[in-house]
Amino acid sequence: MLWRKLLSGASRLLLTWLCAGLFGAALVRLAPGFGADELELDARMNRESIQAIREARGAEGGIVASYWRYLRNAASGDLGMSSSMGRPIAELLGDRLPLTLRSVAFGLTLGWVAGLSMAASTAIFRRSAYDAAAGSLNGLLLCIPSALLAFFLFAVGAPAAVGIAAMVGPRVFRTAHLLFRDSLDLPHVLTAEAKGLGRVRVFSFHLLPPVAPQLIAWLGTSVTLALGTAIPVEVICDSPGIGQLAWKAALGRDLNLLVCLTLILTAFTLTANFLCDVAIAWRGGSRPCRRSGIWRPHSC
Amino acid sequence: MQTLRYLAAAFLLMVFLASVGADFLSPAPYERQFRDHPNEPPSRRFPLGTDELGRDRLSRLLHGSRVSLLLAPAAALLAVFLAALVGLSAGFLGGWFERAAMACTDLFVSLPWLFLLLTVRALLPLNVAPWTSVSITFLLLGLLGWASSARVIRAGAAAVRGSDFALQARAAGCRTARLMMVHLLPNLRPAIAAQFWISIPVFIWSEANLGMLGLGVTEPLPSWGNLLLELANYRAVFAAPWLLAPAVLLVLVSSGFHFIFSKEDPCR
Repeated sequence: MLWRKLLSGASRLLLTWLCAGLFGAALVRLAPGFGADELELDARMNRESIQAIREARGAEGGIVASYWRYLRNAASGDLGMSSSMGRPIAELLGDRLPLTLRSVAFGLTLGWVAGLSMAASTAIFRRSAYDAAAGSLNGLLLCIPSALLAFFLFAVGAPAAVGIAAMVGPRVFRTAHLLFRDSLDLPHVLTAEAKGLGRVRVFSFHLLPPVAPQLIAWLGTSVTLALGTAIPVEVICDSPGIGQLAWKAALGRDLNLLVCLTLILTAFTLTANFLCDVAIAWRGGSRPCRRSGIWRPHSC
Repeated sequence: MQTLRYLAAAFLLMVFLASVGADFLSPAPYERQFRDHPNEPPSRRFPLGTDELGRDRLSRLLHGSRVSLLLAPAAALLAVFLAALVGLSAGFLGGWFERAAMACTDLFVSLPWLFLLLTVRALLPLNVAPWTSVSITFLLLGLLGWASSARVIRAGAAAVRGSDFALQARAAGCRTARLMMVHLLPNLRPAIAAQFWISIPVFIWSEANLGMLGLGVTEPLPSWGNLLLELANYRAVFAAPWLLAPAVLLVLVSSGFHFIFSKEDPCR
């Protein structure tokens, strides 16, 4: 059963990824100015030469045909040339992708550790002053756009990963805090506390397991958030990753490079969400609480 | 908490009214250049100083607030309209239409929001007139920002579809369009309204992000996004902290929305 689910999820992932690429390719084809060749404006070109250029362009085929050709070339490692950088796209990605992946991985880890530990400590200590302080700090960070936050972090010399963590952490805190707070009133938690179990034990064995699926699901969403945040953070912190590459491609209207980046980012976000779904399905053995709709394990 | 919500609402109303009345409150037109007074510090004549072209910063901030605060709700309205259209039809009709609509929604949601905006913005001409750039920016926000709201509305519509009153209306021969407009839509109004109000700060931040990346509203028209571009010279900020005024206003307005629409229960 699990294998069937995995297979269906993987095929859906592949289909969505291909559709994302087709969507990108269609946008590029429909963009104003696509296919315009400055050679046509060259006064030395006669009518026959201009006609030949147009026919050569027409031979490229429609959106689907050119997308299919693009995928076939991509499978053999040829992602085309970047018009704004004048270099092969595969080479550009090879240079920049590892840096962004490192920043995103470090930022996600830092953001999750900070946000989750802060939310956990509010659920364990349950002091209103601490709750208010943690809520205010995270609320403030939630109200700052990523580019502005990146600017403040750049001014104090923080690396790009900290900017990503500062965007992810408060959202993790808010989600986890609400989930923990809603779970505190559940009968099995109240019973555990009434039986005299310590708060750390109650949190670890009775509060955390039921909300784990929602937190795992949120992990997938946070990957999308982190990759999106990488663009302004890398631009403002001058970190030469794919976020900065996307920005340069946008300013230079390098549509080929943008489609390629769309495919890569979509692949990452879809895979992250798929892996989270697999983790939730593998964990299994949970059922929703009738009262709150929150999942809790059989042991409760 | 309730008091804070009232205070936040009052503050937002005040900023909104100030931005609407920018023509009357501004000390000078936003594009007027006082060439003898570039980079002036705050004074009685220029309460927030002037920029490097000698333009009054307070006037530009008020007009920039107008662009951001009036057009973000317009973009949110467009996004929520599209989300309601997709979500309501998908949730009510079900079947292959629901699967196709949700696959399309998943496709939009799977792409990082800012990257999607950046890509689609790059496909359109970059060197355009200021008001054209405003229209492009906020139209894009509206046209691309419907996906997550559509999911919420679809879930609501699917829940209402099986309710007793909907089944009774269908059994009584009520047509699909009437069923959707008269029976479903009023029940989904709270969810749609919530999505509208949640979208406004998101679109304000998106415009600010695009503006700070140089892909938002173009000069000389001010917006919060392009006013924040001045912060790029971060060393100047330490010497002239009044440069932070647009950032402070943006954070305060975002906090206002956060307080009003926070999920925190005021009774707890």
